[in-house]
Amino acid sequence: MTVELVNRILEGDVRTAARLMRGIEDGAADAFGEMADLYPHTGKAYIVGITGAPGGGKSTLVDTLITTFRQRDMTLGVVAIDPTSPFTGGAILGDRVRMQKHSTDSGVFIRSVATRGWLGGLARAAVSIIHIMDAMGKDIILVETVGIGQQEVDVTRLADTSIFVLTPGSGDAIQMMKAGILEVADIFVVNKADLEGASRSKMELQAMLGMKSGACEEWEPSVLLTEAVNNIGIEELVDEILKHQAFLVSGEGMEKRRKERARLELTEAIESSLKDYIDSNVDKAFLEKLVDDLVQRRTNPQAAASQIIGKSIKR
Amino acid sequence: MEHQTKLRVLVAKPGLDGHDRGVKIIARAFRDTGYEVIYTGVHQTPEQIVSAAIQEDVDLIGLSCLSGAHLFLFNEVVRQLIEQDAGDIIVIGGGIIPEEDITRLKGAGIKEIFLPGTSLDEILKWVEENVKPLSQRGGSK
Repeated sequence: MTVELVNRILEGDVRTAARLMRGIEDGAADAFGEMADLYPHTGKAYIVGITGAPGGGKSTLVDTLITTFRQRDMTLGVVAIDPTSPFTGGAILGDRVRMQKHSTDSGVFIRSVATRGWLGGLARAAVSIIHIMDAMGKDIILVETVGIGQQEVDVTRLADTSIFVLTPGSGDAIQMMKAGILEVADIFVVNKADLEGASRSKMELQAMLGMKSGACEEWEPSVLLTEAVNNIGIEELVDEILKHQAFLVSGEGMEKRRKERARLELTEAIESSLKDYIDSNVDKAFLEKLVDDLVQRRTNPQAAASQIIGKSIKR
Repeated sequence: MEHQTKLRVLVAKPGLDGHDRGVKIIARAFRDTGYEVIYTGVHQTPEQIVSAAIQEDVDLIGLSCLSGAHLFLFNEVVRQLIEQDAGDIIVIGGGIIPEEDITRLKGAGIKEIFLPGTSLDEILKWVEENVKPLSQRGGSK
């Protein structure tokens, strides 16, 4: 059964792949076993993360990137993430509107994903969805995060190349000096470059990046100007992505990133297994008692957690 | 909240009319009901809609058409779904549709048609009662 399913995905069957993605998102019991069987077939695709503030043109940029990669005979998976409503649990997944012309291209698989309460700009199922597209044989996987602020850098731990998209006038030099995303992106794109202030934004970014010291793997992040709606600057952006890929492959960068990603996956698997185990094994009444104790300040969160973990794991 | 089966719905406007106010209101209402709504925008071909629905693994497709081309466009979506072994995705439609066409649309496999003047509550209630996530319907996989 699973062998057949794995084979169908390896052959690129869209319906089977789409179903498994859904199973992972919904936490279907059999989906995780199927994912385990698929795992050995993953790790071949090149993953590109695209992040930036809402309304910066990320989806339009992704649309033009798809076109350009396709012209260069590469196949793509696209994971487009949008936020879930914290009130109703519903979501409008609208990134696809900008990419619909690729809908019927069999070399492109686009999947919209809701965050479902996951923070950091990604969704819990994002990693598995990437793996499934990878196993389907997609050459490049573009991951578009939700519109983010300054701190949500999860995608950079998942991607081989991370692109940060901003628009002209979206911050003065001090904004650019702050910690966070600006420290970890590999390529910066000032999109909507026809707007006033584009070259100034570029200059400020370059100045900030020039001040960066140590720690980097000698890759110097570049700043590119694009007008995604007019398809300007996209060839150059694709060239830059491939240049970064070549840089990673030629040195230790690729190895380091893949190792970092494996570590992230392991940590998350540990955390979620532990959480699931505790959710289903710890006595609810005992949990409630601890909550009451906390409210009354008879204990503290750290001690209460130790009590639960001590009860769950025999040492 | 993270691990839970949620209804996934695709809403689209096939054909050449660009009047998307209605479809956006529906999308918003579905969102507020707790569904994940994939909005594909206006001027969609049946091929684009079907292909997107399969990639997104939706349970329901909502089509809106105000141009009069509903008979061809709606039926074509259903026909292509069946052709691609995805006939289990439910299709409903709305728009300015003459009474006599409704029977023909339903005959072709459109599950329900909502006409102007239908309240949002009526539509939501219909979906609630008639659409279950594919994984919970049993049968084909």
